[in-house]
Amino acid sequence: MESRVYLDHAATTPLDGRVRDALVSHLGEPRANPSSLHGLGTAAREVVEEAREAVARLTGASPREILFTGGGTESDALAVLGLARAAVAADPARRHLVVSAVEHSAVRKAAEHLESTGYRVTWLGVDGHGLVDPRELSQALRPETALAAVMWANNEVGTVQPVEELARVCREQEVPFHCDAVQAVGHLPVDVTEVPVSTLAFTGHKFYGPSGVGALYVRDGVELAPVSFGGGQERGLRSGTEDVAGIAALGAAARLAAGEREEWARRERELRDRLVRGATAIPGVELNGHPAERLPNNAHLAVEGVEAESLVLFCDASGYAIGKGSACASAGEPAGGEHKASPVLAAMGQDERRAFSAVRVTVGKDNTPEEIDGFLEAFSGAVAQLRELSPLYAGRG
Amino acid sequence: MPIYLDNNATTPLDERVLEAMLPYLGEHYGNPSSSTHAFGWTAEAAVDLAREELAGAVGGSPKEFTFVSGATEADNLALSGTLRPGGHLVTAGAEHEAVLETARYLESAGVRITVLPVDGHGVLDPETLRAALLEAPDGEPALVSVMLANNETGTLNPVRELAETAHEFGVPFHTDAAQALGKVPLDMEDLGVDLASLSAHKCYGPKGVGALYVRRRPCKGVRRVRPEPLLRGGGQERGLRSGTLNVPGIVGLGRAAALAAGSLPEEAVRVAALRDGLQRRLLQALPDARVNGHPTGRLSNTLNVSFPGVGAGDLLAALPEVAAAAGSACTSASAEPSHVLRAMGLGEDLVLSSVRFSLGRFTTPEEAERAAEAVAGAVAGLRAPVA
Repeated sequence: MESRVYLDHAATTPLDGRVRDALVSHLGEPRANPSSLHGLGTAAREVVEEAREAVARLTGASPREILFTGGGTESDALAVLGLARAAVAADPARRHLVVSAVEHSAVRKAAEHLESTGYRVTWLGVDGHGLVDPRELSQALRPETALAAVMWANNEVGTVQPVEELARVCREQEVPFHCDAVQAVGHLPVDVTEVPVSTLAFTGHKFYGPSGVGALYVRDGVELAPVSFGGGQERGLRSGTEDVAGIAALGAAARLAAGEREEWARRERELRDRLVRGATAIPGVELNGHPAERLPNNAHLAVEGVEAESLVLFCDASGYAIGKGSACASAGEPAGGEHKASPVLAAMGQDERRAFSAVRVTVGKDNTPEEIDGFLEAFSGAVAQLRELSPLYAGRG
Repeated sequence: MPIYLDNNATTPLDERVLEAMLPYLGEHYGNPSSSTHAFGWTAEAAVDLAREELAGAVGGSPKEFTFVSGATEADNLALSGTLRPGGHLVTAGAEHEAVLETARYLESAGVRITVLPVDGHGVLDPETLRAALLEAPDGEPALVSVMLANNETGTLNPVRELAETAHEFGVPFHTDAAQALGKVPLDMEDLGVDLASLSAHKCYGPKGVGALYVRRRPCKGVRRVRPEPLLRGGGQERGLRSGTLNVPGIVGLGRAAALAAGSLPEEAVRVAALRDGLQRRLLQALPDARVNGHPTGRLSNTLNVSFPGVGAGDLLAALPEVAAAAGSACTSASAEPSHVLRAMGLGEDLVLSSVRFSLGRFTTPEEAERAAEAVAGAVAGLRAPVA
């Protein structure tokens, strides 16, 4: 039977077998609530704290700076809303945010929500590769800026920002800096001792860990207000019974990534480069995003003369799973949302037609060169077929 | 292995739930938001099926359930998502921290908060609610939030009557049903609640997943509630709760709810018999022990007892063979005196000497007997004059 090839790792990754073992064993034991004071509760608490240490080690944090959440979106919301609330509590005038125009919707929509409640937002533009200019960030900061947010690496086009410089700019001007590193952790070296972020969001399911669990790094001394309330878990910043098994699995993924990330990235880069070489050899296919400063696993391709919508379905029918734009921006949006061009590509100056012709192919550590070659064959066939059908492309290349 | 009598803090995962989850921890790893390929469609179908299972188990239609990370998030979404400055939250003194702490925050944000007293059994009388709503100014946008079953004592509130009372005033009603799921038959339609919080891990499902029920066809005289999201982003869950869906967890919640619904009421009867046996033995051995909560209108699995003169912490320390709770486990690692028992009017001595035993699906008769003996022995030991 033909097996399907998964090339949509930016949407989610399969669980590594070792992570799955950790997850499944902790779904069974310990069977207690980590907040319980009896021996079984203590055992569950230890599982959580061991995972916290592993996650801290992966990112250069100390364990007390790591909070567990329900995922990347929640981590982003807690950081953006929590930093904003803490700033305004300290000084009611601090109602200004600086946010890049290419943020994941989790950050963008949290900022837009604040905008609707009276905050002012300066949206930072990007260049044609999707890069934010640190000088522009510097100029956008004001005494009343509550926070700045620029992602580590873009979920659509894969462009990696100059986060170290961006974070330093903010630190010099004493403005909290939030970084959405959901796509970066486990793929790029992410070390908070080198990059002076205030908060950093990431999640397990983007690097072979579990879904439904995320983490937020909060640098010691950074003022963050809680945005949800209850039993006071996670130092009062994230109430709710800890997802012990999910957290253990995130810890297991972090341990794996700490040891194997470089090897994963090397393999991903090789596969991705093979893919980009093959795809861009097709006339009218171009790579979006930065040619060098990009995630090792990401190929974002503009395919002239085809609709991404059809192209991805053709690829699926041949057994290759790829994405268009971003998984998080396309599905689930209220009716009509599907046909809005990605704000990321718009910010990079691309017109709608090019945006609607873009597909995202993201490789994983367990893909093989043969799978990439098979994909390229299916892809070029699909492109040729679709172009033949396309009145827009008729009579051309 | 100690005897686990802390099922109200969390329950062990049922093997059958794990089995349902396993394919989604393995080959079916797609993101349900990935609309472009079969991995995504398979995941989406699993989420749809889980939503149907959940709706089938607790009443209501699938579209009325939004998956979240747990009951705490559901409570926050229900309250913070519905109330605005100038609004009014009416709740009760024995509620879970997820409601009371959210209420405290909302108060700081300009929401009026009324915390109603409960009676000595922990029950909120619908007449108390009626009196509070009669006093509220006309047209003030309000929400009532009263839990279905109390986590510490198991006391059940007359939620249907309370919801009706709220509705008479045009006020929507939220219930935290985290402890009720799987222990009492639930039917959202019949209960008439507008919002309800559910959690998987109190019902032999996984941690890290829950649901908020949001009624779509409002009861007479009440407007449809439309909570504002707390988590914005990818627009999952029809925009009410963004974030990549936790597919294995959601599948686990659906299966856990369906299994529980399928084994009610037999399981409740069986567990009640064990709980009653434990209660009887303890009261026989320790005649001054006092059961907290409603004598009959109580979850079948919960026994909250005060042992006058014996500190709950000391008792649990002297009782390593039994895993039980002093107060609730849901207040992070703190042994704060229970606000629930205080709200019921218990004196400090009874509050500080109270222990919660919560039995469950996997408690055996033999364990319940052994636990009774161990507890009685430990209490007697702590009370014995020091030689």
